[in-house]
Amino acid sequence: MTSDHVTRRGLFQGGAALAATVPLMAPAHAAPSAPASKGTPMTAVELTVNGREVHLQLDPRTTLLDALREHLKLTGTKKGCDHGQCGACTVIVEGRRINSCLTLAVMHDGDAVTTIEGLGRPEALHPMQKAFVVHDGYQCGYCTPGQICSAVSVLEEIKAGIPSHVTEDLDKVAFSEDEVRERMSGNICRCAAYSNIVAAISDVAGEAKA
Amino acid sequence: MKFDTPAGPNPIDKGRVIGIPHDRIDGAAKVTGTAAYAYERHDAAPNAAYGWIVGSAIAKGRIAAMDLTAAEASPGVLGIVTHANAGKLSKGNMNTAHLLGGPQIEHYEQALALVVADTFENARAAAALVRIDYAPEDGKFDLAAERLNGVIPPQGFGGPADTKAGDFDGAFAKAAVKVEQTYTTPDQSHAMMEPHASIAAWNGDKLTLWTSNQMIAWSVGDMAKTLGIPKENIRFVSPYIGGGFGSKLFLRADALLAALGARQVGRPVKVAIARPQIPNNTTHRPATIQRIRIGADEDGVIDAIAHEVWSGDLPGGGAETAAQQTRLLYRGENRMTAHRLVTLNLPEGNAMRAPGEAVGLLALEVAMDELAEACGVDPVELRIRNDVQFDPEAGPQRPFSSRKLVECLRAGADRFGWNKRNPKPGQVRDGRWLVGMGMASAFRNNLTEKSGARIGVDGMGKVIVETDMTDIGTGSYTIIAQTAAEMLGVDLDQVTVRLGDSRFPVSAGSGGQWGANSSTAGVYAAAMALRTKLAEKAGYPADQAQFEDGLVRMGNQSQTLASLAGAQGLWAEDSMEYGDLDKKYAQATFGAHFCEVGVDMDTAEVRIRRMGGAFAAGRILNPKSARSQVIGAMTMGVGAALMEALDVDTRFGFFVNHDMAEYQVPVHADIPHQDVLFVDELDDKSSPMKAKGVGELGICGAGAAVANAIYNATGIRLRDYPLTIDKLLKAQAA
Repeated sequence: MTSDHVTRRGLFQGGAALAATVPLMAPAHAAPSAPASKGTPMTAVELTVNGREVHLQLDPRTTLLDALREHLKLTGTKKGCDHGQCGACTVIVEGRRINSCLTLAVMHDGDAVTTIEGLGRPEALHPMQKAFVVHDGYQCGYCTPGQICSAVSVLEEIKAGIPSHVTEDLDKVAFSEDEVRERMSGNICRCAAYSNIVAAISDVAGEAKA
Repeated sequence: MKFDTPAGPNPIDKGRVIGIPHDRIDGAAKVTGTAAYAYERHDAAPNAAYGWIVGSAIAKGRIAAMDLTAAEASPGVLGIVTHANAGKLSKGNMNTAHLLGGPQIEHYEQALALVVADTFENARAAAALVRIDYAPEDGKFDLAAERLNGVIPPQGFGGPADTKAGDFDGAFAKAAVKVEQTYTTPDQSHAMMEPHASIAAWNGDKLTLWTSNQMIAWSVGDMAKTLGIPKENIRFVSPYIGGGFGSKLFLRADALLAALGARQVGRPVKVAIARPQIPNNTTHRPATIQRIRIGADEDGVIDAIAHEVWSGDLPGGGAETAAQQTRLLYRGENRMTAHRLVTLNLPEGNAMRAPGEAVGLLALEVAMDELAEACGVDPVELRIRNDVQFDPEAGPQRPFSSRKLVECLRAGADRFGWNKRNPKPGQVRDGRWLVGMGMASAFRNNLTEKSGARIGVDGMGKVIVETDMTDIGTGSYTIIAQTAAEMLGVDLDQVTVRLGDSRFPVSAGSGGQWGANSSTAGVYAAAMALRTKLAEKAGYPADQAQFEDGLVRMGNQSQTLASLAGAQGLWAEDSMEYGDLDKKYAQATFGAHFCEVGVDMDTAEVRIRRMGGAFAAGRILNPKSARSQVIGAMTMGVGAALMEALDVDTRFGFFVNHDMAEYQVPVHADIPHQDVLFVDELDDKSSPMKAKGVGELGICGAGAAVANAIYNATGIRLRDYPLTIDKLLKAQAA
């Protein structure tokens, strides 16, 4: 959260219920967010989503997940359980992956959020998205955006030397399939493309087996 | 088209597109989040209000009083649907309990109200203010306690409740080697990733439902029946489905309540069943008690085999047909199977991936492991000795259409290195791990269902296929496109596939692993009709025209599909239906699972170290997506063996662990690389595709291979699934 968020909150408070003022890589119909509800005080929230600033007036009970899905109409981020149990809602906030269902949007005023829509588009896939297609790292597709956001972050975490439960030497955090399996275990895939997801991530990491 | 004689050579045999491991054609949409699932149709219903379901807090009884005052006064509330204001509702043919309860309550978490508000947050908050006073009644919740009250269940997809041949009792009494054991499997939850969800919108008396449903035509029919309106007034749209596994075969509360809510508040309403409501509100795989008796000679050749199954369901429900595979899998002249159904007031039991076999093989294939040990015969060899090439209940006059169990056993064993297994349990150590190998046969019936499609070519020569078939992750989009491309001689990228809309021809839908073979056979039928039209237009005899490279050719003449279709395009529609080849021939899919586990010598933690198998399921339409189906199902088998169980509160009658934290399913860390080999097979009696189902085969036997590996590692034989640490430690201490 940036240090000037109080100021910015003040700036936007009391404004008309605002929508995303930019297209956000969402469909062109990304229209005004749900109108303010009678009797529920709204809170202004400013986010940078996929590189673009958005200004929202939100019910303070709105999760980051619902702000994305219902207000910004960025439905690539999925609601599987709404309780932080499945990982389908994983997005990258300020460079770290989180379960967007377990956090309120108002807690992220000023934060930068990257969703699956921000990683790539059908005609310009992110390398991880491409690898999931090539390795069939999905079936029904519902956990897939969360898996991909997690996978991108996992490679960053390993690169940054952040250890996991299976890291044997804390001074030598390195890529391995076991590291991937451990770090990806918060993202459930009931279709169980696990074997293929590990292959896709290894491919992107340059660790593909010949 | 009717399929009533074995398929001869046909255009599918070319194998130019079919049988190639193509990437999924819906892949880019899925990996970028642009595939829109049911709850996400802002484009279709931009002003949808939000519904939240209020479920029953008792398992059986009545609503004594319902006070909506506080909820109605809550901010943003637009309306509340209850039995008192919903109008007259019937029950769908496929539903056991009513989707909207009240005043009678049939099970815990049965929907009793839908609160509709302008925002999700307001709907959820108001739902907590609905006050219901209950008049509870006693119910029956304990399968084991009710076992003796079992009755013969109605016949379902699994055939008759009871079967027999020869004299089981006499032969079993005389058998040199006997296995007699009872196995139990718990209630299980589908736990698909996308919750049941629907958006409903009315336009006059016409209802459109954007939903997540495996069987479009069944559910349109049940919506019509429930609401008492004509089917023609209902449209279902379900192009992407975030997993089903049987949970979305039927109309569920989200769909009905969205429709009722939208009617009441006069605007579109969206409803998702909240994750913690799903296991008790919707269906589950019922628990079973299974008694197996096998009598064999000293070489392990079976002479007598019996499998009896007890399961429970709500009044009017059905049985878990767990003895199905035992009717067809192994030889033995003297045999019997029986299913008994008890009344339980738990939530509705119904189909989950491979109903019957998935849990039946958890018992039968452990019994076979026990027989192998009792006879001193290798478990792979035991199964080979007991192979039978005809329906052993009917006799040699009913052969299998194709049966490559033995090939799967041999190829799978070779690939896995089965010959390195030490047959004596508890002998192999790797550090603190006790290591063991286990195997099991895989078996799943092959069902074929009538399926229709329409197919067209436009003025650009592009091909479009429309059918109400669904893709629940199974790869339907891709294999249907491959079928159309093969039949019409175009490249895969020239084909557009539209699925899951009730305006399209009725398909087989996704269930019972019949979807891939049946739906592509329907596309085959429509494509044959279109080929005839195109050939006629070209002036070529239909039986001599060749379709390749976007051309219709005869001899050295040719015309492009685009020119023949013209600006108007050219369309044909047909369906494939089936004669009695499934009566004349037993039709099934086969395989062999192999697993290596490590069991921690102190904590009894079980880890899957290696897993692989060989499978025969007719023509494999797309080896890439078919492999994914198999490894996914194998993983669900690991879940069934090691962790999955809905825990029943037998006092209050509900599943206690009703979310994804407490109902545990395998995660990345639980599953190693999985090896899958498809054994070459074409089944000309299954369909013109010469394919069979493969989506459920992979779960059938996988859990038993894990259980047998645990026995080989530890010498501990558990017969009560799942095989959790507490049970292993208790057995170890005993």
